Amino acid sequence: MMESASVTAEVIVAQAVSIFDVGDGFVLPVLIKLVFVLALFFVLPLVGGYLEHKAMGRMQARRGPVEAGPFGSLQLVADGIKFIQKEDLIPRAADKWVFAIAPGVALVPAMLIFLVLPFGPGVFALDLELGLFYALAASSVSVLGVLMGGWASANKFSLIAGLRAGAQLIAYELPLILAAIAVAVQAGTLSLVGIVEAQANFLIPGTEINLWFVFPQILGFGIFFVAALAELSRPPFDMPIGDSELVFGYMTEYTGIKYAMYMLTEYAGMISMSALTVVLYLGGWQLLPGVPLPGCEAGGGLFDCSPVGVISGVLITIGKIMALVFVMVWFRVAFPRLREDQLQRISWLVLIPLSLLNLAVITVAKVVF
Amino acid sequence: MSDLETQEAFAPGTAPGEGIAFEILGDAEFPTADMSLSIGPAHPATHGVFRIVLEVSGERIKSATPVIGYMHRGFEKLAEHRDFRQIKALVNRHDWLSGFSNELGVALAVEKMLEMEVPDRAQWIRMLMAEWNRILNHLMFVGSYALELGAITPMFYAFREREDIQHLMESATGGRLHFTYNQVGGLKVDLPKGFMRQSHGLSKLLRSRLPDYKDLVLGNEIFQARTKGIGPLPADVGLSIGVSGPTLQATGVAEDSRVTEPYLKYGEIDVHVPVGENGDSFDRFYCLLHRIEASLDIIDQIHDHMPAGPVNQKLPKMVKAPEGATYVRTENPLGQLGYWLESDGGRTPWRLKMRTPSFSNVQAIPYLMQDTLFPDAISILGSVFFVVGDIDR
Amino acid sequence: MAATSLPGTGLLKGLGVTIKHLFREPSTQMYPHERPDLAPRTRGVIALMDENCTVCMLCSRECPDWCIYIESHKETVPPAKEGGRARTRNVLDRFAIDFSLCMYCGICVEVCPFDALWWSPEFEYAEYSIDGLLHEMGRLREWMDTVPPPPQLDEGAELPAEVADAIGKVEQERELAAAKEAEAQQAAEAPAEGGGEKAAAGAAPKQAEIHVEAGQIDQETYDALIAEGKSERMARAKAKAAWVKKEKARLRAEQEAERGGAGGGDAAEQPAAAAGDAGDGDAADTGEAADAGAAPAKRRLSDVEVEGDGEIDQETYDALIAEGKSERIARSKAKAAWVKKKKQEQLDQEEGG
Ligand code: SF4
Ligand code: SF4
Repeated sequence: MMESASVTAEVIVAQAVSIFDVGDGFVLPVLIKLVFVLALFFVLPLVGGYLEHKAMGRMQARRGPVEAGPFGSLQLVADGIKFIQKEDLIPRAADKWVFAIAPGVALVPAMLIFLVLPFGPGVFALDLELGLFYALAASSVSVLGVLMGGWASANKFSLIAGLRAGAQLIAYELPLILAAIAVAVQAGTLSLVGIVEAQANFLIPGTEINLWFVFPQILGFGIFFVAALAELSRPPFDMPIGDSELVFGYMTEYTGIKYAMYMLTEYAGMISMSALTVVLYLGGWQLLPGVPLPGCEAGGGLFDCSPVGVISGVLITIGKIMALVFVMVWFRVAFPRLREDQLQRISWLVLIPLSLLNLAVITVAKVVF
Repeated sequence: MSDLETQEAFAPGTAPGEGIAFEILGDAEFPTADMSLSIGPAHPATHGVFRIVLEVSGERIKSATPVIGYMHRGFEKLAEHRDFRQIKALVNRHDWLSGFSNELGVALAVEKMLEMEVPDRAQWIRMLMAEWNRILNHLMFVGSYALELGAITPMFYAFREREDIQHLMESATGGRLHFTYNQVGGLKVDLPKGFMRQSHGLSKLLRSRLPDYKDLVLGNEIFQARTKGIGPLPADVGLSIGVSGPTLQATGVAEDSRVTEPYLKYGEIDVHVPVGENGDSFDRFYCLLHRIEASLDIIDQIHDHMPAGPVNQKLPKMVKAPEGATYVRTENPLGQLGYWLESDGGRTPWRLKMRTPSFSNVQAIPYLMQDTLFPDAISILGSVFFVVGDIDR
Repeated sequence: MAATSLPGTGLLKGLGVTIKHLFREPSTQMYPHERPDLAPRTRGVIALMDENCTVCMLCSRECPDWCIYIESHKETVPPAKEGGRARTRNVLDRFAIDFSLCMYCGICVEVCPFDALWWSPEFEYAEYSIDGLLHEMGRLREWMDTVPPPPQLDEGAELPAEVADAIGKVEQERELAAAKEAEAQQAAEAPAEGGGEKAAAGAAPKQAEIHVEAGQIDQETYDALIAEGKSERMARAKAKAAWVKKEKARLRAEQEAERGGAGGGDAAEQPAAAAGDAGDGDAADTGEAADAGAAPAKRRLSDVEVEGDGEIDQETYDALIAEGKSERIARSKAKAAWVKKKKQEQLDQEEGG
């Protein structure tokens, strides 16, 4: 296994080439990558949001949006246009500057994560060596925007919400990172592309059976997903929004485009956290463990792909992301909200010890095999 | 206290090289100040214009004071200038979720004063409608209470059920909330053809759907974590405050005037009154949900008993209650509803005093919310089951 | 209270309930596309039949929020016959209901002694300005076309006095007819058995369900609807219904024809033929139809069941639109016209035998 790890490392260096790196210039690839990231950032959350509307509607014996566009698919676009037209209110007592930039502070980091997320063979903007580290770091900055918004609104409900969000972040960043570290240990790399590749090459010791990390690390997967939910303030951990308690939490005083930015942040967060989960645990763009993509040769059938391979890889990744988004929606539909102190208790007394245990087991296994 | 003071109390002093340190003001180790937080008058959890002023320290509640009266519409005074037919249209609006039960109370009071015999069929139909109205009301609270705890879905299921019941009641009464179906001496008009069959089918349908609520809400661990042991109300305190309905039954007191002081034909059938043990939010919700089941049982019994015959009787052109006074109490969906009717023999009452269940139920709020957490306050607020119009009248 | 078994089962059950609903048909009513199916008693809007109103002012006085405005003047009517006394009568000048104040209690409809006020389930009269909710006489009169006949009463209900009387009469007739038939049968039984059978066949209840498999569409209806600009789906569905209806009518007519051939002294079975007033012209007048609807005694237009009242009579509709009526009014009138036509057709066919 140690051997194979070093082999893996070599392969990574060879394969970690983005398909957007065309020509020798600097400007052109950067431009293409920018367009790619922005397109993903604006399209995927809409798709995720539409999925949420529809799935939630059907699970609640409703239809969800039906009027805007075919089957209501343009509902979120229509909402966006509506938000732009709305009056931009700033409360008199608000801390105006902080109030104004807070949604941006929340939005930009959510966008930055998309830089490193691999969506298919070669379909990524950047393959940072510290990709995982970068993604987790960027994702936690968003909370700052929430805190700022909560404080600056000059509204007691918003303030409580902001503080709750802060406390939630501190409590859940730890299990999230501990779970992710276990993956990095098993993969032997922090590069997200490298982690995908490591999964394609991970065999059950002593056999020829290929497995994704979700199988040996099912515990870590659970912890990561729950912690991600909490960090995104998705139900059942949506105390910072808590519409029946805090009116609308830190978003209470926001209207129009700023409100829309917060909403976009939430949906983008859902997508990026799902994408991270897919990359870390669910084998990236691999269809099933051990099944190479059509038209791909290298690295367990995941790299050096023909266009068919690239497209099917991207579709598989997005399919997996949407499946996870669906699970998030499902939780939202089915569960009530926890209380803030219960949430803290779950984190400190359950998730963190478990994630430490997970890490210990994985590390020992890594050394032994 | 003002935000300025808060800022002062938390003013961070920086010690170079040592990160952020709090400058400590005053004698206490870490002085904080309480904040007063108004829930309402327009807050999503209050279902109307109702306000509770909380004194909170962090998220811990020091004291809670309900402020009522935002929705006072002067029903009692208005009633003094309306004849009984008009009052009926008035009273089904104070607790807008129990329109039928409200008007029933007034009709019963006038009939009692007139010593009028109401035809059997009318009484059974009144019971049938009252029970459907009760389910209609309870479903609303099943949905909204779950919503207050963050579960959005039960609300939609509850509204689907409510739609069916409203459709049924509309086919007989013409109204969906404000039925105005009673009249002194009976009902305005008999049931339309096919009503009994539909009613039967609907009761079956609801029975098949009730387990969904139990699985989705009552059995859910998060729901239990949010409600068990929250806001326990001892039976004696509850009785002394005067709470009634599911809020009282949750404390273990099986007080229900359908059983203890039967009116209409409730004496002729079995009425099951579900009771709780601890009087906490969970028990209150438990009683509410099981009252729906109990009402369905009653409805099935009514289907078996329904006699044929007239539903009303010839009335004089203007119904006048004889001089005197009477008190009638009925088990409304939310608890005891009482009408004190005093007449000087004229066409309008001299005085109509209402004892509404919501008004008494909210009196328990300061007791229940003392020393709880802010989210628990919502859990308590939702579980004492009130309608704002019924508090303020 | 449920003893919890494994922790997490409650959560899983919740997930189960919601996923179960994902695969069920949603219960949404697609409102502007599909019309809600409202009960005839629904208190939607108040309609006024002004010719019935005698300006007695009862409604206006009893209305709890005094939102009915009535103005009238007195007129002297010349004596009906020579030498008689001239009478004065009230003539209605203005009758208006302010629906922005109305609380839909129904007292006005209840107290009106001359059946001039009616409830209609129509509800789409929201306005951008509050004065638009003040409906004057003309508008209130228009609502009259949307008033449905009242529903029949429950089996256990006591019948209204007039209906009870009518039923008593019919019962007497039936007894007489039955006695006659019994005599006739006795007479017939002696010579040939076949005769009896025939009579029995003739008397077979004509309500026997006629089943028609849906499937084909009525091209005419379909084209008409498409031309009207309806969506294809809707047109198809309606055309299908129209086909089924036509087919049924055809089958029924055939049956009737057969029965007619079989002949049979089934006057009692077919009170319509006996009563002979089947085509009673004013049966379509909603108010009258209402009374008739409750009376099972006579077979009139209102007794004929017509399926699918979603259809409209195109002719009427076009005429009304051309007249400048609002689409809604035109539609409801055309609908009524269609039903009336259809009923008439059916009745004619039934009687054809
Ligand atoms: S329904 Fe009631 S409020 Fe409306 S006009 Fe009639 S009597 Fe007045
Ligand atoms: S009660 Fe009837 S008849 Fe009398 S004024 Fe009113 S509408 Fe006309």
